[in-house]
Amino acid sequence: MGAAHSFNIQDLGNPFVDKILVGLKRVVDYNVRVRVKSDGTGVETDGVKMSINPFDEIALEEALRVRERGEAKEVIVVSIGSSDAQQQLRTGLAMGADRAILVQTDQAIDALSCARAFLEIVNRENPGLVILGKQAIDDDNSQTGPMLAALWNRPQATFASKLELNGDTARVTREVDVGLETIEIDLPAVITTDLRLNEPRYVKLPDIMKAKKKPLDEVPFGDLGVEASPSLVEASYEPPAEREKGIMVDDVAGLIAALKDKGLL
Amino acid sequence: MSKILIIAEHDGQSLNPVTAKTVACAAEIDGATIDILVLAESAADIAAEAAALSSVSRVLTVENDANANALAAVIAPQVVALAGDYTHVFGPSSTFGKDLMPRIAALLGVNQISDIMSVQDSHTFKRPIYAGNVVLTVKAPADRPVIATVRIASYQSVATGNSAAIESVSCNADLPSHTRYIELQSGSSDRPDLQTASKVVSGGRALASSENFDLIYALADKLGAGVGASRAAVDAGYVPNEMQVGQTGKIIAPDLYIAIGISGAIQHLTGIKDAGTIVAINKDGEAPIFEVADIGLVGDLFKVVPEFTESLE
Repeated sequence: MGAAHSFNIQDLGNPFVDKILVGLKRVVDYNVRVRVKSDGTGVETDGVKMSINPFDEIALEEALRVRERGEAKEVIVVSIGSSDAQQQLRTGLAMGADRAILVQTDQAIDALSCARAFLEIVNRENPGLVILGKQAIDDDNSQTGPMLAALWNRPQATFASKLELNGDTARVTREVDVGLETIEIDLPAVITTDLRLNEPRYVKLPDIMKAKKKPLDEVPFGDLGVEASPSLVEASYEPPAEREKGIMVDDVAGLIAALKDKGLL
Repeated sequence: MSKILIIAEHDGQSLNPVTAKTVACAAEIDGATIDILVLAESAADIAAEAAALSSVSRVLTVENDANANALAAVIAPQVVALAGDYTHVFGPSSTFGKDLMPRIAALLGVNQISDIMSVQDSHTFKRPIYAGNVVLTVKAPADRPVIATVRIASYQSVATGNSAAIESVSCNADLPSHTRYIELQSGSSDRPDLQTASKVVSGGRALASSENFDLIYALADKLGAGVGASRAAVDAGYVPNEMQVGQTGKIIAPDLYIAIGISGAIQHLTGIKDAGTIVAINKDGEAPIFEVADIGLVGDLFKVVPEFTESLE
């Protein structure tokens, strides 16, 4: 198969949805061991490698696969944040998204405001599907997807490990604590991704070059008319309590003795 | 004074133990009144279990065929309809709570506090961020309802023996039909539930095959333990994902955690930080798991584990 974005829309037959909206959050790379600033006001991000939130990369991969199956026409990546997030959007375009929207703000945006801003973009674009990561690996909030679905008054399928579109419905397998739950939802809807949904593709150099020519629109956050939300105050940051240093034992007999000593056997 | 509503998690028959842990968190708020809401097709048995939890004042039940399966889009509007008198609405930070609570928060126009690990006061809480590498203290606005999920690994279940009043309530909410339950595939197991077991034995990539996980099951069965796995073992296809322990799996806090052939990636350690005693068995003495282990044994798991299992009566 050739480059995904060279598809001719007329060849697609009858796609189930026109547009898929995918959220891409710029976060501290998952390999970075974060440190709390010495004054406890936040986390050290100067000079730290930033990446697309891994769950969002999975969201984009899934959207691209749906489009490549001919079930959608267009994949739009959206980020809410500072102009630096253009970098992550360009990576998304290089992966194969058709265009990008940056909702630009230099303020920290809470989950509810993020969902409200997303809803404004949803109202402008009318996507058949919105795919988001189940959580961002920086704040670990896990809120935006269900919040957007609630505000939009549409179905949500969180923690998806399998997605099948079928006309105006989708069948989604969800990774829940007790196993795999399957639900059917009407479209449009919000899907949030879990790790086993897919393995995102690598970006190739020619695609990075092509991505530079794809449209990336910037919308100031203030222009969306998002109602101010009652924000949580982030009072202080601290490192977690350390566990005390343990002991090493030489063999199974030593292990059993140590466990008996602690009253665990 | 705080009036707290807790959304019961259940499987249609019995109350999930995470509910008792959610109550324990709510009970940390001084002078709080705690009610539990059971939304079910048939609520009597579940409500009876909830009424036995200490610190609980009332158990409210809403019986409706639409509540046969916990669909967030169906449950959220009912909770919102009943939340009016409450200062706080709490749910467990399980997949049930993570799916449901943000939907409730958005409908009420507030941000959610995710994964409460400790209560400072009625509106100030500590929660982990960056996979537990940072602890954030966060304050919710005093004039709005506090919607939160409770990090269940941070709490011990409250005692039982209470007999709170059970009241059936009606609830005026428009329930959507756009979300339909199809099925649940669940690995049936007689072993203790991973999330609430007091002992857990986990295997990692070093097990090298699905068959070799029998070593882990045999040890677990001797100990009466639940069985978990690292993400590497899940990704390699040795065991199903519902057994995954870590940032992207289950966060657990058993009294005893035995990690076998698990190197100890940060994302795995995130899931076991609150375990009482961590035992690590690994052939690589430099593996990061030994940095958090209370008892470490460097050795070949294929020799050590059968010997360990046999030594137990």
